[in-house]
Amino acid sequence: MTQIAGDSRATANGPPLTIRARFFALYREAAGQDEAQVPVPAGSTVRELWQHLLAAHPGLERAGAATAYTAYAVNGTWAKSDRVLQDGDEVAFLPPVSGG
Amino acid sequence: MSEQVAPAAAPPALGPFEVTAAVLSVDQLVAEVATPAAGAVVTFAGLVRDHHQGRRVVALEYEAYPELAARELQALSAAVAAKYALQGIGIRHRTGRLAIGEISVVIAVAAPHRAAAFAACAEALDLLKATVPVWKKEWYADGSSWLGQAAG
Repeated sequence: MTQIAGDSRATANGPPLTIRARFFALYREAAGQDEAQVPVPAGSTVRELWQHLLAAHPGLERAGAATAYTAYAVNGTWAKSDRVLQDGDEVAFLPPVSGG
Repeated sequence: MSEQVAPAAAPPALGPFEVTAAVLSVDQLVAEVATPAAGAVVTFAGLVRDHHQGRRVVALEYEAYPELAARELQALSAAVAAKYALQGIGIRHRTGRLAIGEISVVIAVAAPHRAAAFAACAEALDLLKATVPVWKKEWYADGSSWLGQAAG
């Protein structure tokens, strides 16, 4: 687990939230870590967290993560990109699946 | 008046649904889904193949989001079981690095008759490939790549 730089807006709207971000497969390798504790501003959405992570990890962009169809799960359940985050949420970023 | 055996109205037996690093067994899953009322059990076993799109593959590596994957296997199976009036369905998916010929996924469905069992097994696999958070990485003699559209 790695602490990574927080979103620069983190102090604008009160105390920041701490989110546990999880990466899988291609994204895990591109980010160089399988999870990270990320401070984000209160009221942030899944999409905003993802944009922040893409900027923080150039490897994700090089791997095509910015344009790929990425699915999201919050606390183990599928979530939409406009989902508003709560402190302590676990957010998983899932590349297109290829099981079977 | 002769005694008649009432058709079983019991709900389908769902499971097991697992994502596991353990070696998979078709026979074991058949035994787990079969019921006395099932006249047909259809199975699918996915094997690690030694080539893909003209390239020689030496191994496959599977990774999953285990908590969500197990729940998705259960959800797709419940839908398929209801649609085809199954008596049982179970799915296991392997993770980790697999050699050529090893089983990566096994599905078993039990139904009173074969037509429903064949159709349900095929549909379960299609849904698995489209929805379950599992990823495969192909290993070649000289490199590797994750499959899925982002890998291109």
